[in-house]
Amino acid sequence: MTQTLFDKVWDRHIVVPETTANPATLYIDLHLIHEVTSPQAFTELKERGLEVRRPDRTLATIDHSTPTRVNADGSRPYVTPQAETQVETLLANTKAHGIETHGWDSEHRGIVHVMGPELGATQPGMTIVCGDSHTSTHGAFGAIAFGIGTTQVGHVLANQSILMRKPKTMSIEVNGTLQTGVTPKDVILAIIAEIGIGGGTGYALEYRGNVFREMSMDGRMTVCNMSIEAGARCGMVAPDQITFDYIEGRKFAPADYEAACEDWASLTTDDGAIFDKVVRIKAEDISPMVTYGTHPGMGIPITEVIPAAASDADQDALDYMQLTSGDKIAGTTVDKVFIGSCTNSRLEDLRAAAAIMKGRTVAQGVTTIVVPGSVITKFQAEEEGLDKIFTDAGAEWREAGCSMCLGMNGDIGAPGDLVVSTSNRNFMGRQGPGVRTVLASPETAAATAIHGVITDPREFGAAA
Amino acid sequence: MSFQPLTKVTSKTLVLTATNIDTDQIMPAKFLSMTTKAGLGEHVFANLRYNADGSETDHILNTPAGKASEILVAGHNFGCGSSREHAPWGLTDYGIRVVISSEVADIFRTNSLKNGLLPIIIEKRAHDWLLDNPGVEVTVDLDSCEVHLPRNGGTYKFEIDDFSRHCLMEGVDEMGYLQGQHIELDKFEKNQGGNRNS
Repeated sequence: MTQTLFDKVWDRHIVVPETTANPATLYIDLHLIHEVTSPQAFTELKERGLEVRRPDRTLATIDHSTPTRVNADGSRPYVTPQAETQVETLLANTKAHGIETHGWDSEHRGIVHVMGPELGATQPGMTIVCGDSHTSTHGAFGAIAFGIGTTQVGHVLANQSILMRKPKTMSIEVNGTLQTGVTPKDVILAIIAEIGIGGGTGYALEYRGNVFREMSMDGRMTVCNMSIEAGARCGMVAPDQITFDYIEGRKFAPADYEAACEDWASLTTDDGAIFDKVVRIKAEDISPMVTYGTHPGMGIPITEVIPAAASDADQDALDYMQLTSGDKIAGTTVDKVFIGSCTNSRLEDLRAAAAIMKGRTVAQGVTTIVVPGSVITKFQAEEEGLDKIFTDAGAEWREAGCSMCLGMNGDIGAPGDLVVSTSNRNFMGRQGPGVRTVLASPETAAATAIHGVITDPREFGAAA
Repeated sequence: MSFQPLTKVTSKTLVLTATNIDTDQIMPAKFLSMTTKAGLGEHVFANLRYNADGSETDHILNTPAGKASEILVAGHNFGCGSSREHAPWGLTDYGIRVVISSEVADIFRTNSLKNGLLPIIIEKRAHDWLLDNPGVEVTVDLDSCEVHLPRNGGTYKFEIDDFSRHCLMEGVDEMGYLQGQHIELDKFEKNQGGNRNS
């Protein structure tokens, strides 16, 4: 019987099969936890007198509530005492349960979806969950990876498994040659614009076609990261030599690497396997993308004009964004630029932004912050001198964390600010009450910072 | 037992017509710093309900009618975005027991079912009627999986899997069920199921 990649990985993890009466019990190989969505789950375990079943399959870090600045005296400026308590609570809980934790003293501390892959903990064929919707990122390795709520965080802590019905599968095929200057972020924004913000609801996505085969792991992570922005809990890319090479030599890389690679190589969709839905997009049709509305499905090529509102909801979005149908999106004045988040804070992203900012100066009045995804990413960028390029240009170089993607740590914009952001959500108020978010690639964000208006990065001769 | 069992709810509806209401709107990130679940109802839809100075707006959520409602009717694709369970915690603490839309996002739906909050995906005709008739008294019957609309609105079936329905009607959560599978889990782990090669 032919199977999709999703089917193969799913089948390997069935503890109790699904019936009409009950969902499947799905075994979880790797559980990532952070400070925001775990405290109530640990409380639940305590109240029920339960232990963590597999601390060895659990990894923790702190990222959402963590300040990205350090005070002169070395202390950390938490946004509220509650935020500090939340971080301390995570550290205490993981210590009590013997869970490996990458806290303030670890060079692997960082955004949970940057940390897992960097440690080599994220591997093909795994099931991976985390109390965070962008867990879909790990699907870039050919894992079934998806976000869960805190109740299920408790289930996985106690039982290393969750109850779930098998989703439908969707193949998203992008074949052809990408235009110069088109990045993985543009590819996924174009996909979401095509299928819509709810288009993937109920589906597991598999990204197929030569465009993804030729993409680096950092690029594949950017794509899979935003699967949830189309409503899909998980999105996958079949593992290949690029995947294997990425994992080799990392902390959690398998001891018998060759045997593991042989197994992983079998994790591809069989010829003739049937998906519930197939979407095909021509690579040549994709341009550098930006959003103009209040959800990630409202994206257009940066060269286009803002579309006419097709509904009241569209008009509400345009009103919130203070944008007008028929106007060109390029040239819109911006107040802030944010380069970071689990979507675009890896070394390749920082390199791409630096390539544009090198020897140039950020436009006056445009606050630009660059936040690496992890401490190691920060060190690597500094070794290459990227930090110097950013600071010389007038941008701020911060400590690792989620930062302004969701603004939990206090990194937010002022009401009315227009922020060009490499993150994943342009929801109303996400980056602060009244803040207007435009999603874009690191290249577009950097070019925009230089000119102070939304700018096509190809003006700087950016190459993909 | 982790929440009040839900069999039948009769309530006037609270209608939010916006489409794609995301969980950032339902529970803004600044309220995610707590380490308990208590009191989140006060913060649900905070950006709609409070002015910058903390005073209340005249939004329906701040009215007695809004606060008395147990059935929220929302525009298409409710609950998209972040996996924060603080969204259903906030809604249930506010008093909502049923959410009706023409589409409900996957993670929000899963989280709701674990907190005694029934997410209903209803056909477009009924959804449109509910959006057009805010504040009417509606009965949701989980036993028969029906939504009864008043006047000439009619009765509509909705789908929910038997397991989730049972959990909601009995007010039981899944932890006990999973704990009961330890023999299967032990066996699975012994057979080296799953992957982690280190």
